[in-house]
Amino acid sequence: MKIAVAVFPGSNCDRDTFNVLKNNLRIDTDLIWHKESNLDNYDAIILPGGFTYGDYLRGGVIAAFSPIMKQVKKMAEKGKPVLGICNGFQTLVEAGLLPGALMSNISLKFICKWTKLKVENNGTAFTNICVQNSILNMPIAHQQGRFFIKDKYLNHLIDNNQIVLTYVNNKGKISNDINPNGSIMNIAGISNEEGNVMGLMPHPERASEPALTPLRSADGLLIFKSMLNYLKKA
Amino acid sequence: MITNPDLQLGLTKEEKKTLRKRLDREPNTLEWAMVDAQWSEHCSYKSSKPVLNQLPTKAKHVLLGPGYDAGVVDVGDGYIVTFHIESHNHPSAIDPYGGSATGIGGVVRDILSLGTRPIALLDSLRFGDIKTSLNSKWLFKNVVKGIADYGNCIGVPTVGGEVGFDKSFEKNILVDVVCVGLGKKEDLVLGEAKHSGDTVILMGGSTGRDGIHGVTFASKVLSDESESERSAVQIPNPFLKKLIIEATLEAVHTGYVRGLKDLGGGGLTCGISEIAEKGKNGIDIEISKIFLREDNMTPVETLISESQERMLFVIKQGHEKDIQKIFDKYELPYAKIGIVKDNDKITIKDGKIVIARLPVETIVNAPIINRSVKIPNYLNKLRKLEPPKEPMDFTKILRKLLSSPTLASKRWIYEQYDHEVGIKTIVKPGQSGAAVLKLDNGKFLAIKVDGNPKHCYLDPYNGAAGGLAEASRNIISVGGQPLAMVDHCQFGDPNNSEVFWTFSEAVHGMADYCKALNLPCVGGKVSFYNEDTGTNTAIKPSPIVSVIGLIDQLSNIRTMELKEHGDIIIELGITKPEMGGSEYYEYVHNFTGGLVPKVNFITEGKIQKLVLELIKKGLADSVNDCSEGGLALALVEMSILGGKGINIDLNNVISECNRIDDVLFSESHSRMIISTNRNYVNKILDLARNYGVPCSIIGTVKNDDISINISKKEIISLTLADISKVWGDVIPKCMGEVN
Repeated sequence: MKIAVAVFPGSNCDRDTFNVLKNNLRIDTDLIWHKESNLDNYDAIILPGGFTYGDYLRGGVIAAFSPIMKQVKKMAEKGKPVLGICNGFQTLVEAGLLPGALMSNISLKFICKWTKLKVENNGTAFTNICVQNSILNMPIAHQQGRFFIKDKYLNHLIDNNQIVLTYVNNKGKISNDINPNGSIMNIAGISNEEGNVMGLMPHPERASEPALTPLRSADGLLIFKSMLNYLKKA
Repeated sequence: MITNPDLQLGLTKEEKKTLRKRLDREPNTLEWAMVDAQWSEHCSYKSSKPVLNQLPTKAKHVLLGPGYDAGVVDVGDGYIVTFHIESHNHPSAIDPYGGSATGIGGVVRDILSLGTRPIALLDSLRFGDIKTSLNSKWLFKNVVKGIADYGNCIGVPTVGGEVGFDKSFEKNILVDVVCVGLGKKEDLVLGEAKHSGDTVILMGGSTGRDGIHGVTFASKVLSDESESERSAVQIPNPFLKKLIIEATLEAVHTGYVRGLKDLGGGGLTCGISEIAEKGKNGIDIEISKIFLREDNMTPVETLISESQERMLFVIKQGHEKDIQKIFDKYELPYAKIGIVKDNDKITIKDGKIVIARLPVETIVNAPIINRSVKIPNYLNKLRKLEPPKEPMDFTKILRKLLSSPTLASKRWIYEQYDHEVGIKTIVKPGQSGAAVLKLDNGKFLAIKVDGNPKHCYLDPYNGAAGGLAEASRNIISVGGQPLAMVDHCQFGDPNNSEVFWTFSEAVHGMADYCKALNLPCVGGKVSFYNEDTGTNTAIKPSPIVSVIGLIDQLSNIRTMELKEHGDIIIELGITKPEMGGSEYYEYVHNFTGGLVPKVNFITEGKIQKLVLELIKKGLADSVNDCSEGGLALALVEMSILGGKGINIDLNNVISECNRIDDVLFSESHSRMIISTNRNYVNKILDLARNYGVPCSIIGTVKNDDISINISKKEIISLTLADISKVWGDVIPKCMGEVN
């Protein structure tokens, strides 16, 4: 089993994600420069967070045209797990692998803080070992994370169980006052219809070691372990 | 040959005379400009050097002290930590967004120049009154945004900092940035050109007209014309910086980078002459190879431009291709611009014509200026002022004090900074007085930046020594053993002997602290001319210091929030009526005067050792330092963060004060507060007695409110919900986001 972590110019969570997979989970993982044109040897790929091309135009919009994205599309079509974290989520959306758009936060400011997420669908490649409706602690750090989608497509998302994670309060309830960025329906993460491609704004790699998480929870590991579980079963 | 004499030189008549004498000829225009840049106060430290020499710089674990781009400290197991402090005050005052962003850019390159990866940033900021001044609100908002946009993009977490507000910073804001780097000892690279024949490569941003005369701009006071000097502020490009970080570190790993230098103040001129001097060699530069951003740039502009994001590499002869391959991968522009020569000259050529040729020694050694000092007239008067009357309603007073932006929650700021990237941030912003980072060798690094201009204004010696003591106690409070410090001295015009006295006293205070507590100074900066012609006043003396410390294991890390109901609250140290420059006097009474807290170095050393021992023995559960806002603020912070109430008996506070407000709000040094399990109390009292540190049980963790009593009478009563809101909403209110 071999995992690729894509490295675009301006990626800055690539090494963090790599370290969690390689050192915490002992998985065979490679950092792959965005010009790579053959990923046949890899079973899954993660697009990490950061500021590809400085986000000078819009988060992920230039990275979406990188050579590696053709390979990513191919992997997605084959049913291999594809995960986009933060800027990676933006890139997947820009590349058309996931629906919707990620707009500037409603406060127009960058926000870095810990959030509580509810697992709305534990049937995806990245949530299959999570308990349905359980709450995960993970931090966000973004300026453009406000998920938006038109009503008719939103209904499609709901009908197909593509809403995977939502921002919730301590009691697990969706509410406006804890919505950190103004996302529609407090959406924090979505998947494609098949559940093998997922994007999320929170950073699981930053919540993968108890000492680094305020509640000593390390819930981020569940995302990566779910991916391994999915691959083992496949 | 260049003949245009139309230069805005900052050199004095004396300095011009010295240069002519040293060269024994008339310099040409380019040579004038190069020396002008290097001899600016900013680059040469010509006024401050004789004073800074007092600071101790050596210790077993110090690998590199002042004089290089950053200090280097050995943290064991083959790893090194580098750290440095820089400011960008003048640029930020006229272009807060670009100025603060490029300030980060500069200090990050300093860390990178040693071959280490930048792993953390901290900021120390000073503004005018953000409650009332629209100008201050604008500056504050944009400085924070500049730091956020730049730091977040390059993927270096901003893990801490401190912000203060005072009218003396209305026009002259302070933007200090500390950067910390981590690397392996074997990858350490120095800014030197040691081997003749090596190739000098310029990499990164192109050279443009931005930042021309930046150092001369930084070496004079701000005036109305400063607005028209926006060209002296560089343009930030964090994406390019991110690529430069990765490419530079990849290049360093090849082992062929034998010298590395970032181009900052003074541009290519300073970069080239400093690596030549350190390597005891000369350098030949071919000016036509330098890639330019704009047409028709003159050699003068090319050589003194301070365009951002440029690095100078000295590459082992014959291995240029290995390095170029890496730069090509990141699509970074570069050019071979020169060669290291076995002589003692900086030679600038344009094709075959030599357009400037100066001895390295002449450029780098600006004539030292011994400035005169005079005790400022205002001091005696202010120290003797009658203190304000003691108030009656302390609940009201505490609520008011907590609405001081200086003391309020800084969440509004740090939530805009990515403080998690790099997955090393163990103690995060807002959790304690210092940040704690995980290192690659299994140990932990504590970092703090601090300073107290309000104290320094009334007593620069004790104010500066106190700032250092406070920063050190913050390191202690998270469980760290202080290892080293860097300082940044920010003052007004050094030609004013009263200003120079405050500088000299402040450095003296820091030097005495460092000597007494064995804390080496491994680097620093000096920034003078922090005053403006509008208000005709200098900033309050602002020595800002950053201290790093080491923690051996995870279990020895502490934070300040109260842990359990029923725990006992203990205060260590003595509270004295040292109210001068306190936030209580300044903010609540709008009063500047009195005597500031003094640091007793012996007492300070004892309490620091004691607290570290208490932590290591597992006897202290939460630890906080007592400083700005005094005992009252320290307790409130611990209470709010822990979400638990406190019941305090002021009669038990060991104090030399006659007034209740003095006991509550004095900022006396050498005091710390801990909370602990009831069962450990006797052990703590015993240990404190052994160390000779005064120690007293002052209260318990109880209920959901803050109750402070004296002789069984409750003098302060606040609910946690109320006080949390007051404290949390101050800055959002100033920024118009909360009513």
